[in-house]
Amino acid sequence: MFLTDSDIQAVLLTLRLATVTTLILFLVGTPIAWWLARTRSRWKGPVGAVVALPLVLPPSVLGFYLLVSMGPNGPVGQLTQALGIGLLPFTFWGLVVGSVFYSLPFMVQPVQNAFAAIGERPLEAAATLRASPLDRFFTVALPLSLPGFVTAGILTFAHTVGEFGVVLMIGGNIPGVTRVASVQIYDHVEALAYGDAHRLAAILLVFSFLVLLALYSWRPSQPRL
Amino acid sequence: MDTNTSIAQGIHARIRIDWPGFSLDVDECLPPRGVTALFGHSGSGKTTLLRCIAGLEHAAEGQLSFNGSVWQDARTWVPTHRRPIGYVFQEASLFPHLSVLGNLRYGQRRGQRRSKRDDPCRTRFSLEHAIELLGIGHLLKRKPAALSGGERQRVGIARALAVNPRLLLMDEPLAALDLARKQEILPYLERLHDDLEIPVLYVSHSPDEVARLADTLVVMDAGRVVASGPLNETLARLDLPIRLGEDAGVVLEGRVAERDEQWHLLRVACCNAGLWVRDSGAAIDSHVRIRILARDVSIADAPTSGTSILNTLPARVLSLGADAHPALSLVKLEVSGQPVLARLTRRSAEQLGLVPGKEVWIQIKATALL
Repeated sequence: MFLTDSDIQAVLLTLRLATVTTLILFLVGTPIAWWLARTRSRWKGPVGAVVALPLVLPPSVLGFYLLVSMGPNGPVGQLTQALGIGLLPFTFWGLVVGSVFYSLPFMVQPVQNAFAAIGERPLEAAATLRASPLDRFFTVALPLSLPGFVTAGILTFAHTVGEFGVVLMIGGNIPGVTRVASVQIYDHVEALAYGDAHRLAAILLVFSFLVLLALYSWRPSQPRL
Repeated sequence: MDTNTSIAQGIHARIRIDWPGFSLDVDECLPPRGVTALFGHSGSGKTTLLRCIAGLEHAAEGQLSFNGSVWQDARTWVPTHRRPIGYVFQEASLFPHLSVLGNLRYGQRRGQRRSKRDDPCRTRFSLEHAIELLGIGHLLKRKPAALSGGERQRVGIARALAVNPRLLLMDEPLAALDLARKQEILPYLERLHDDLEIPVLYVSHSPDEVARLADTLVVMDAGRVVASGPLNETLARLDLPIRLGEDAGVVLEGRVAERDEQWHLLRVACCNAGLWVRDSGAAIDSHVRIRILARDVSIADAPTSGTSILNTLPARVLSLGADAHPALSLVKLEVSGQPVLARLTRRSAEQLGLVPGKEVWIQIKATALL
């Protein structure tokens, strides 16, 4: 299979975007998942719903709002300008921000389920063994929910690789900056270069299948979303 | 603080909880040594009280101090991990991702770090001591999943001890086990009882465990303490609303005085007399507990001969009380200063003319060495 340089560039960009997004989501999603799994606050419902929104929202809607808020007149845009970062739309980091929102539920929900499945008891036991709350989180909660983290990481990564609508809205189609594999395929099809489209599409298909195969064979029980 | 040290010793707990369908209202001082059993039916609040003392439950209204240090009052809340306790859960609750040794070390390391800060001069327990006491030396490399229920609970107890606690809290440590596993663990708990210098709070609904282990008995019902005091005094109370039923009886302490090899009997010196019991293999001179159930004690107005009963002792009637069934009555007697309960029909009590102060003979049909 022969890929053009721009195909390879698009694939590498996609992998970079998915890796950065997954790493950020580990940091952002874990506290949210921890809070959702353990809180009795009445905000649990609303926050859980917001986190799950990207599951049902058309990516174009999410992308549109992100574009507006990160644009020159949007609140985020004014903040980033004031901080001297400039504007995020049509940059790699703009894509990262979009992907973090887009893939948030894929990180939060498996981790939240894993945290909830631990129950109170191991944490109480750790407390009676003199472990502080932070200590309990790192030495008991994290190791016991490791399978949930693996599931969440794989799903988040794969889902970000498959992202299209949000990218198109806030990233556009700049080679090497925002042109990811899914956009590259779209380009090929627009240009009626079906052969090129086939090659890249087949790669994404096989990749997605292998990821899910690994996920489903690694754990006997189906990962819950 | 104007409390002197003798008052400050032990646990002072004033706890009030009002949850829908459950309330707890306790104001108790628990002794600073020995095993104190919190005894009651499920739902009586004994576990909740224990969890409040551990800091696992936060009663909105509560005052709690241990040996003079305040763990909870209107301004203070010491979180669980800063209380010098060891806690044994009903299910061992071992960490599945750690080996047995890893579980033991988890608490030991953190306990060392904290006790160096709070109480630098004392190490009451070494890890080795805990391992030896619970007989788990051969299990150290295993994962909890590879242990039997009884072994798991022994590791759970050793783990609580390895923290080097100043107070050991045990929440029905045997309740989740079958009879054989209970028998496996009880001897270890008895060793603990003899070995430990620290006070133990032991939650249980089993009269048998209480009889074997407790020094002090706190009886709870519907979130209230209905009786508390030294084990035997409390067991022998006639006014308790607990329905021990077939288990009503007393526990006497004694010393093994003589072994009769021919008939496989032991003579246990207690109550200024000797009681013959089945030979359990206890060593001469060892301290033992004997449980005498009320249903196994009968009363006669003269020492009878020609009976199969081995143990006949002079006694004095203290009081008579009602029993669960209207045909029966519980009689409280005194045998050389020790209270003993007897269960007989009210008709027999009437015919014998039992009144407080009357001198009688009791015949003990069966005694169990605990």
